[in-house]
Amino acid sequence: MANTATLPPATSPGDERVGRRNPFQKFLARPEVGALVGAVVLFIFFASVSQTFTQPNALATVLYGSSTIGIMAVGVSLLMIGGEFDLSTGVAVISSALTASLFSWNFSLNAWVGVALALVVSLGIGFINGWILVKTRLPSFIVTLATFLMLTGLNLALTRLIGGSVSSPSISKLDGFESARAVFASSVSIGGVEVKITVFFWIVLVLIASWVLLRTKVGNWIFAVGGDANAARAVGVPVTKTKIGLFMAVGFCGWILGMHNLFAFDAVQSGEGVGNEFLYIIAAVIGGCLLTGGYGSAVGGAIGAFIFGMANKGIVYAQWNPDWFKFFLGLMLLLATIVNLIVKRRAELK
Amino acid sequence: MNAQQIDQQTLLKDEKDPLTHTPVHLLSLDGIGKHYGNIIALRDVTMAVDNGRVTCVLGDNGAGKSTLIKIIAGLHQHDEGTLQVMGDERKFNSPRDALDAGIATVYQDLAVVPLMPIWRNFFLGSELTSGFGPFKSMDVQKMKDITKKELADMGIDLRDVEQPIGQLSGGERQCVAIARAVYFGAKVLILDEPTAALGVKQSGVVLRYILQARDRGLGVIFITHNPHHAFPVGDRFLLLKRGKSIGYYDKKDITLDELTAQMAGGAELAELAHELEQLGGHSEALEEVKAEVADVAEAATEATTKRH
Repeated sequence: MANTATLPPATSPGDERVGRRNPFQKFLARPEVGALVGAVVLFIFFASVSQTFTQPNALATVLYGSSTIGIMAVGVSLLMIGGEFDLSTGVAVISSALTASLFSWNFSLNAWVGVALALVVSLGIGFINGWILVKTRLPSFIVTLATFLMLTGLNLALTRLIGGSVSSPSISKLDGFESARAVFASSVSIGGVEVKITVFFWIVLVLIASWVLLRTKVGNWIFAVGGDANAARAVGVPVTKTKIGLFMAVGFCGWILGMHNLFAFDAVQSGEGVGNEFLYIIAAVIGGCLLTGGYGSAVGGAIGAFIFGMANKGIVYAQWNPDWFKFFLGLMLLLATIVNLIVKRRAELK
Repeated sequence: MNAQQIDQQTLLKDEKDPLTHTPVHLLSLDGIGKHYGNIIALRDVTMAVDNGRVTCVLGDNGAGKSTLIKIIAGLHQHDEGTLQVMGDERKFNSPRDALDAGIATVYQDLAVVPLMPIWRNFFLGSELTSGFGPFKSMDVQKMKDITKKELADMGIDLRDVEQPIGQLSGGERQCVAIARAVYFGAKVLILDEPTAALGVKQSGVVLRYILQARDRGLGVIFITHNPHHAFPVGDRFLLLKRGKSIGYYDKKDITLDELTAQMAGGAELAELAHELEQLGGHSEALEEVKAEVADVAEAATEATTKRH
């Protein structure tokens, strides 16, 4: 009986089909290509309108601005590839910083104790977000919007309750402050140019995230839970753990940035952070992550953050009014996503 | 004729009653039942699966086919009866449990992630890794090579295992899903309506894959509502209706026409024709139903074999 069934025409031997996609077309099919084109165009643009923009010091400043978005964009990109997004990230960064400063100040402890507690709180916020999401099966928009509002309130209320002000008290006198500052907010001199340490955190995080995403089974699971959670579950992928883990990874990134915000100065404004969550999401989307999940890259998010950094500082170097920045950001978002879409469709057709 | 086929023929010759030919079945269900709250989805279903055999589960929409496979695949747990794997009573708590027991399911939607490359889909949930502790990474090249080879063995030659699986045709995707189950050492392969969304030609291809899986010694559970697909490949037939078993036959005890008649439910069609007449239904539709009633009745009595 097996002999009577016919072979489908599409499966006839044909290795000649392999060579049809040349490396350039393959490159065009990558998720971050739209962002890369945008970044190059933007760089050339600012380099041509401002002489100072291409100076090493200016580039270090641009990279620093990019890194403060980019560190978060790493976690947010992974989460978005995993099919969810997080609106609480902006204020969760501040929550982390406030936890560290208020706790160690209130009990006059070593600053590192606060840093450790902040890590626990940040991972905990991520865990709670993820846990509520998988238990209730509510959309992440609702769950994290609720967390966002609650954290905004908690940040303000607890800071006033404990420190008696809208900003956290200065912790510069505490033990361990200097060493924590050295770890989270120092600069490294490269050829006479001071590069902020967050730039290195950012690069390391992007490398780790890319490796996890492309070369480990957890990365495979992240793509799968974002692409089709039911299918992933059916073949034995631990969907619940993967999603909760992703939210906790975002929490971890938030902790690093929160610690930088705290130790770059010695106090944190409790009302800060609102609105930043969109910057992280924008960076990920510009970088080619699909809002619906299952597609994207960590490098893309990094390029998205770099675009943000260039636009942010480039406007200053070009001596324009910074009021234009938001308009610019919106335009970049629209253009980059349209380019992503067109390039992807073209590449897939070929 | 390969060695496996000969093996199977001697097996067929020796067995006296094929429905109970070994002391232990690869997988057997006895009086399985399942209810959701007060809704009884399935009750008293008995069936068996053996090496190198195809057990077909037939039934119309809502007959309980999906519930049955969800129980076997570990997505739901049964409330009544026993499920045995190689004679051991089991109750699967998750799809992972069932997979570990050697039961793999190819779902109607195929459980593939369309945007992911073929090789990533092939190894999804069972990735090959090398290295230690936190530095464990996937053995990408090996996984790609195996994917290509396994698919070639199933008679499907792919351009590029790096292309998203969503770009393949329905039949090709079925093939990937079946090859995946076979490669991961499935002993029992459940196919949920694999031919439902396919054209005639593609269905033929999938039926051939079913026979290939059978010839590799797997026990296959083939779920379908089409007796014309089930009869040529099946060894046993379980007929479900409204959550109950209405028949369990060995191939030698039933013909295609009897199977079709049982499936269609001749009495119900007659009743429908009567009802339509009373309601003053559209004359053309009425004639059609009447003709079908006549057909089914004829088939049931004549019991001729048109196809094999």
